Amino acid sequence: MAGSTPKSWHDMGGDAAGPVVPDDHDHALWEKRVDALLVLCAGKGLFTVDALRAALEELGPDAFETMSYYERWIAAVNRNLIGRGTYTTAELAAKMEQVAARGPTYGEAAK
Amino acid sequence: MPHDHHAPPRPDNDEPLTYWQSMEIAVRELLIEKGVTDATEIAQAIDAMDARSPADGAKVVARAWSDPAFKASLLKDASAACHGMGFDIGPMHLIAVENRPGLHNVVVCTLCSCYPRYLIGPPPDWYKSRAYRSRTVREPRKVLAEFGVTLPEATEIRVHDSTADMRYIVLPERPAGTDDLTEEALAALVTRDSMIGTGLPRQPE
Amino acid sequence: MTDFAPGDPVRVRDWHPPGHVRTPAYLRGRRGEVERRLGPFGNPEQLAYGLPADTQPLYRVRFTMAEIWGDRAEAPADTLEAEIYAHWLEPA
Repeated sequence: MAGSTPKSWHDMGGDAAGPVVPDDHDHALWEKRVDALLVLCAGKGLFTVDALRAALEELGPDAFETMSYYERWIAAVNRNLIGRGTYTTAELAAKMEQVAARGPTYGEAAK
Repeated sequence: MPHDHHAPPRPDNDEPLTYWQSMEIAVRELLIEKGVTDATEIAQAIDAMDARSPADGAKVVARAWSDPAFKASLLKDASAACHGMGFDIGPMHLIAVENRPGLHNVVVCTLCSCYPRYLIGPPPDWYKSRAYRSRTVREPRKVLAEFGVTLPEATEIRVHDSTADMRYIVLPERPAGTDDLTEEALAALVTRDSMIGTGLPRQPE
Repeated sequence: MTDFAPGDPVRVRDWHPPGHVRTPAYLRGRRGEVERRLGPFGNPEQLAYGLPADTQPLYRVRFTMAEIWGDRAEAPADTLEAEIYAHWLEPA
């Protein structure tokens, strides 16, 4: 086979990278809620862990650099829920518009 | 223990709403409206995950250090052993890998960020980082050195890449000079990083 | 499908399909030894797309760093273990 074989961006074992920075942070409420939604939806069989992983992979390499961990997770959860018809894209869009209209901060928008 | 501290909570409630936060709220409310879940169930799921912490894993390690029969059952079937101690580890299939003289284990997930979260809580940020995921399988000794762990050349390092359905916890070596310690005192020596393999247990005072 | 036992020499298939797979690229084509059987698990290559999944035997396979990285290995005698599904393994 001529040329190198393509490798997905998420398959990073062995790649060169900088030093490990021992960062950590306590999770914000909205992150804990994303975590809970994922655990509950997977537990109820709405999607599998692999379907979630596949959606994360399909977000692409830019998402890994520009979105936080739980931002990527809610994007992947949403993709799976729309994909199986739990709600439609239009229902999500209308709800997000409603949410944003409640106020400029997370605390206000989350009621 | 440079990696065991907790950073201050990230402000969220009074910061400007982000696009992804508005998606979280919308998805949550739609799931409730559609009858998939309810607010109580979500709150319970958050409480259950908040209740999991490295202290739970430390109890398992301390039990294994104190009780040879338990240690044998942990190494044979870690999920069953944790259930037996009363820990709700959800759907997780857990394997315990034992450090011993001449062998040091370290855990990574190169493809995503699989972690024994149903026993010891969610992974630290660095575990999910490109640097840790990329380099640990290729140059584990350099990575461990960045965590302050330097092992003799003759010690075999065994890297565990959590590629599929199992999750891993390292059973560190019991520190010397701890013969008189209770199980509770032993558990206080077990750090999160010592169960990932990027650290060693604390030494007794 | 071959059923492998602990100690059996195996080679990870040198496949490079697109899509969701759980066999890391750095192990493809590498030889190792079965460390233990883990039992049957749903095939992630079907689960990822919401499909009913076949079950596949899953194995833990042990590799040496020398086998994986060749001359670039940091310490050739160090080892690595990963879970590999049966359909990604062939006898070595």
